Amino acid sequence: MAGPPPAVIIDGVVKRFGASTALQDVSAAIAPGAITGLVGPDGAGKTTLLRLIAGLLEPDAGSITVLGSDSVTGVARFQRDIGYMPQRSGLYEDLTVGENLRLCADLHELDDETRGERLAALLGFTRLSPFVNRLAGQLSGGMKQKLALATALLARPRLLLLDEPSAGVDPASRRELWRIVREMAGEGVAVIWSTTYLDEAERCDRFLLLQNGRLLASGAPESFTGGLSDRTFLLDLPDSGRHRAQRRAARHPAVADATIQGGSLRLVLRQGAAAPPPQALGAAALRPVRPRFEDAFVSLLQGDATAPDEEPAPGTVVPADGATIVAQDLTCDFGRFRAVDHVSFSVAPGEIFGLLGPNGAGKSTTFRMLCGLLEPTEGSARVAGVDLGRARAAARERIGYMSQRFSLYANLSVRDNLDFFSGVYGLSGSRRARRIAWATESFELGAVIDAEAGGLPLGFKQRLALACALLHEPRVLFLDEPTSGVDPLMRRAFWQRIGSLADQGVTILVTSHFMDEAEYCDRLGIVYAGKLIATGRPDELKRRFGGPGRAEPTLEDAFVALIDAHDDRAGARPS
Amino acid sequence: MTGARLPGRRFRGLLRKEFVQIVRDPSSIAIALVMPIVLLLLIGYGISLDARDVRFGLVDENPSVESASLYHSFASTRYFRPTRFVDARQAEAALMRGDIAGFAVLRGDFARKVADPLQPAEIGIFVNGVDANNARVVIGYALGTIENWASAYRRHRGQKGAPAVTLEQRYWFNPEIRSANFIVPGLIAMVMTMIGALLTALVVAREWERGTMEAMMVSPASMPEIIISKLCAYFVLGLGGLAVSVGLGIFVFGVPFRGSFPVLLLMSSVFLVVSLAMGLVISTVARSQFVAAQLAFLITFMPALILSGMMFDIASMPGWLQAVTTVFAARYFVSGLQTLFLAGTVWPILLPDLLALVGFAVLFLGVAIARTRRSLE
Repeated sequence: MAGPPPAVIIDGVVKRFGASTALQDVSAAIAPGAITGLVGPDGAGKTTLLRLIAGLLEPDAGSITVLGSDSVTGVARFQRDIGYMPQRSGLYEDLTVGENLRLCADLHELDDETRGERLAALLGFTRLSPFVNRLAGQLSGGMKQKLALATALLARPRLLLLDEPSAGVDPASRRELWRIVREMAGEGVAVIWSTTYLDEAERCDRFLLLQNGRLLASGAPESFTGGLSDRTFLLDLPDSGRHRAQRRAARHPAVADATIQGGSLRLVLRQGAAAPPPQALGAAALRPVRPRFEDAFVSLLQGDATAPDEEPAPGTVVPADGATIVAQDLTCDFGRFRAVDHVSFSVAPGEIFGLLGPNGAGKSTTFRMLCGLLEPTEGSARVAGVDLGRARAAARERIGYMSQRFSLYANLSVRDNLDFFSGVYGLSGSRRARRIAWATESFELGAVIDAEAGGLPLGFKQRLALACALLHEPRVLFLDEPTSGVDPLMRRAFWQRIGSLADQGVTILVTSHFMDEAEYCDRLGIVYAGKLIATGRPDELKRRFGGPGRAEPTLEDAFVALIDAHDDRAGARPS
Repeated sequence: MTGARLPGRRFRGLLRKEFVQIVRDPSSIAIALVMPIVLLLLIGYGISLDARDVRFGLVDENPSVESASLYHSFASTRYFRPTRFVDARQAEAALMRGDIAGFAVLRGDFARKVADPLQPAEIGIFVNGVDANNARVVIGYALGTIENWASAYRRHRGQKGAPAVTLEQRYWFNPEIRSANFIVPGLIAMVMTMIGALLTALVVAREWERGTMEAMMVSPASMPEIIISKLCAYFVLGLGGLAVSVGLGIFVFGVPFRGSFPVLLLMSSVFLVVSLAMGLVISTVARSQFVAAQLAFLITFMPALILSGMMFDIASMPGWLQAVTTVFAARYFVSGLQTLFLAGTVWPILLPDLLALVGFAVLFLGVAIARTRRSLE
């Protein structure tokens, strides 16, 4: 193949940390002038690979050639030509935007003329000029990432390494990051963009898919999804019983994957399987749709294994007696900063309600007020019929909570964790024994009951965390980004459980910055800059705001349009 | 971009960044300038090994003119605040309660014996020996007071038979035996240790925590450049802390300064380099601020407090412990400081201390540079 030589050649790289293997025999070539997506769930080895390329780590076996030099012995030769953006952005938060950029210019010893020209260009490019004297620590998440990107671009690198640049960033900023990086690739820069968002893989020119330190697939995204083009369908579901319909579809022998997508069900058929009649799945018609990266990833992971799907054991049966969440004008001020501004919504029993918004939008603060962890400055909250302002303790007894970080005790065994959390929630005697037995059985924890929680695979940890949150049979379950950064199979298994809990009448409130999680919700509230700027069913939001005339508007389209409209009204956005 | 580059720009840029960060971060200024003040005031006033207004019992079994006159002797020194007892058992009880630090017992025949040049009068002295240092000081002062009274008494009586030996005590270098005079120089060593080791370890750990170190390592800046720019910035901050401490010691605590300021500056600078380098060595191990703070306290601060001779005299430690103290740089700095403050520029003492400090500086700086590699492993 003619063309420019690869910017990076990764050849049989192995990297171990102590006993665990972070990367196992990874080989790939990174082309210049293109964006290569480094895709995979948390812990797949993405950051390790980027650090190896940057020369911050040494491979245990194999080699990496960066811009023609060895990554270990030739660091000095390529150091000036790479731009690197670590996961935690690497900005000095106590320096201003301008000072961060100037420091970076000093590090590269740019002369005054080049410096002035580059600073002006990058500030314009990233639209950060109005904020040049603001401390980096006081920027929004999206602006921080843009600034970090600007510092990485300052010295015109030939290779740009970006470690999850878009994590937790609002969709509008995410699009801007893509615009900037796309333009750089157009100028011939080799870009590696690591991400856990599978939809981003589709925007890349090439991708490397990592899972557990192994390279599962690579190439162009179209060729990866191409094989599924006549096997991917959407079918419309009735308003009620979506979760049951999903479970039924997932068990059908012809179906490789069935996921809820707003009001529809997304189906990926097994290779060579004939499409089942739509009636068998409780729908009127199957609509063929363009396959997504995630569809291909899931069918690759699943291979020919049948979906491990039984009807989850009946667990918490909750009377649907108006147990619900009502937030009324919830407002929270931190000093002069209004984190949450008159947020009102209500959630019906058995409903899955999602608060969707970028980091720093006020989701967590709203969440904490609803859990009774934070006193609202104004407004009130009722959870499961109890006013949080009056009877916090009583309300908490009815709430189960699971966070992204699974607040488990890592050095206690699974049994000890269950035991401890049942004690915390005040269970005792036969009820305690019954609930622990229930948790062990329905979350399939029996095999690992005496293992230390910290050493369990992620999937087990997630199940254990959910089991702990449900021990006291709460009527309301709060989930804080429960499946961001986990692989799609685990996410499916998790949401299937959540779906059946909802069917049993448990009210579920989810916060997320993750569009894919939002698709699982019955209803969404879009949170931006402390305000609830829209609520509705996912499909409704997509239709209403996703842009008229667009064939398949996504939630992200809707979100970006909503943010634009909001900013125009607020006049906050610099032109 | 292989165009014009400006060498030297990078280091100046790094240096400017460090100073801007110091100015914007109230905690580093607090550690460097406010903490010395707090430490000096707390420890300087709190820990006093001085014998002053010591409550002391005088058991007078048979009150007489002589015993009354001895009582007045005790009462008229500023070292004692005496209390009179008639029974040794009462005094003992008071000692147990902690009301008095010790007592002297004058037997019933005290007046008779003291008047008789041929018969020695016996006085029993009992001191609470739990705090051995304090007990020694109390006994010393009590003996001195009795001695003074006895010679005055004899002169008054016109007795010729003066004792063959009279004891005259002189405390050199610190005639008033004020503990501030030797604690304050020791405290300066502690403050320098804190600023150097703790602050450096903390700020480097913070760069690890925030991911800025990783970004810096990928930039063209070399590790020595990154390290030396940090050293320079915190060196200046450390000198600020030194100025505050010395000023406070001299003007607030009235500690005399008999040496030369240039030598003080020289020694302090060398010690500052030692503790900055120790901070850097800690930071190569500790990548979180919490661990960095713990290590800095354990490895640098505690030895500076306990094993430097600032609080506890090294010469009165057991031999093996004395040997242990020789591996801590603070010991040499404290010795040098005490010499400079209380004795003057005495080169036979200062030179070995200075050489030892230079040795430590070279050692730790070497270790720090060797251990801080451009690598995340």
